[in-house]
Amino acid sequence: MAFELTAERRAILDELLPRYPTRKALTLPLLHLCQEQEGWCSPAVVDYVASTLGVSTAEVQGVVTFYTLYQQKKVGRNVVWVCRTLSCELRGAKGIQEALEKKLGCHAGETSKDGEWTLLKAECLAACGQGPMVQLNDEYHEDLTVEGLDALLEGAKKRADERKAVTFSPVGLAPRGEK
Amino acid sequence: MAVERVRILTKNYGTPESWTLAAYLKSGGYQSLRRALEMEPAKILEEVKAANLRGRGGAGFPMGMKWSFLKPNPGKPNYIAVNADEGEPGTFKDRTLMELDPHRCVEGFLIAALALNVHTVFCYIRGELVLSIRRMQQAVREAREAGYLGSRVLGKDFPLDVVIHAGAGAYICGEETALLNSLEGARGEPRLKPPFPAVVGAFGAPTIVNNLESLAAVPTILELGGENFSKLGRLHHLKDGGVRLYGVSGHVNKPGVYEGPVGLTLRELIEDLGGGVRGGRKVKCVVPGGSSTPVLREEDLVHAPDPKSVLHAWHGKSHFDVPMGVDTFRALGTMLGTCCAIVMDDQTSMVRAAENLMMFYAHESCGQCTPCREGCAWMARLCRKFARGEATERDLDTLTDVANNIMGNTICALGDGAAMPMLGILKLFRNEFEEAVRTKKPAPELR
Repeated sequence: MAFELTAERRAILDELLPRYPTRKALTLPLLHLCQEQEGWCSPAVVDYVASTLGVSTAEVQGVVTFYTLYQQKKVGRNVVWVCRTLSCELRGAKGIQEALEKKLGCHAGETSKDGEWTLLKAECLAACGQGPMVQLNDEYHEDLTVEGLDALLEGAKKRADERKAVTFSPVGLAPRGEK
Repeated sequence: MAVERVRILTKNYGTPESWTLAAYLKSGGYQSLRRALEMEPAKILEEVKAANLRGRGGAGFPMGMKWSFLKPNPGKPNYIAVNADEGEPGTFKDRTLMELDPHRCVEGFLIAALALNVHTVFCYIRGELVLSIRRMQQAVREAREAGYLGSRVLGKDFPLDVVIHAGAGAYICGEETALLNSLEGARGEPRLKPPFPAVVGAFGAPTIVNNLESLAAVPTILELGGENFSKLGRLHHLKDGGVRLYGVSGHVNKPGVYEGPVGLTLRELIEDLGGGVRGGRKVKCVVPGGSSTPVLREEDLVHAPDPKSVLHAWHGKSHFDVPMGVDTFRALGTMLGTCCAIVMDDQTSMVRAAENLMMFYAHESCGQCTPCREGCAWMARLCRKFARGEATERDLDTLTDVANNIMGNTICALGDGAAMPMLGILKLFRNEFEEAVRTKKPAPELR
């Protein structure tokens, strides 16, 4: 099925285009925009980005597979990244991941059967002083305890109900409207 | 003796809505931009040189000297690329500037652009830092509406745009040429140098790549004067000046980001700022400045009998009592890096710590150079064997051998950044690896 950006998101792209010297430079921002709309970087998204920017699909696919934030398959409504790098690990990150696996019913790298959660292991998220921590969609949650996880997950579900986008993205509608 | 608390770069931290233009103006913001508009570009450069600001991204290159490499490029653009792809394990300082004082960052970008006659600044922020990206976008929007940038800068005919560019999750994009490739819309694979970015950078044009914290200090440099800024630090005599952000994480009571003069010691960072080690335990070792910097121990003493050595003043003292400077730490055989330390207490298994770090590098190697692509993954697999108690004596030799064969054999510094801490840990804690071979027991988990 062909992919097309919504008019609102197309406007963001059109505002960005003249600020870069090449069209190809928009590859990362445009993939973010598409992913926010579609939920992942599907083959249709890759084709769309390639034809919109005049680069080859191979190049766009190469970009998608290089960067961890681009999803190469459908993910849950909420994406949880657990930081497991040294500073967090020294403060109990492993326990947080294990507790999340139990609560969400899926292992790291998987999506829960009901499609609500995707749990992923992350490398350092630059929150070393506040470990252990997770990135839950577009928000950082720091100084976590296993006891505090339930409230955290409930809050995320509620926010996902109110969200316009399928998934979060650093470039897209949300950054304009919120905060 | 407690460290003097400095609030210069962090002076707006804690102010309500410190990220808004209103709050920034109230604290005297954008006055340095007005000063810069009255100054010749060469004069701004002179002040930045006198500030002795050593790049805060890890390499410690003098910012003023870097700026002087950019030559006018008649008829074609020059660019500034801001490196805010903070991702080195243990490092979490730039994020606080973007979240809590984004206008200070923007003001620094604008002054740099005036000094370097650049009309477009690209600020590359790692994609995970969504709040930082939003705050920086908001700051640029406010600054544009207030007339600080756009077609004119405060009425001066100088078109200037600041583009906030979100990365997409790749540690390697903090390497300056990988950042440029990523900015251009490609995979973040580092380029061969030379040519250096100041000659051929973003989109084929001469480009200055600076760390975000370095640029955020520029308004203060103009406010105080370069030399006065430099003298705020304790290593002015070593041409390593000013104030900077320190981070401390791991087994300390008060992990976090703190501001201090350049040249604090690790002891001050751990005890005074970090509140000492958790549970009153002893420090086993410290990763001093981001995971690529080899570890230091308290019990190791400086050996520098030669009066010409940069370390001579600290001859016979503990490594923890040497001021953290670019040259002092290089002379110690480690690196200053980003000045964000990871503290590990005496119950930490260094085999596990090494495994954790090598897993990181194995994941983050861009895959371009064989020694790094294969070597990092190999080191990670070997460390895992030690951690599980499955390693043999021969694995210890192989581990050393692999690390040695990565060093210096790759395009960028990621491979070295993995091999150096590995070799450092093997040098200081070889006994733990040997014990793993002997006992065949899994090492205790990190906690």
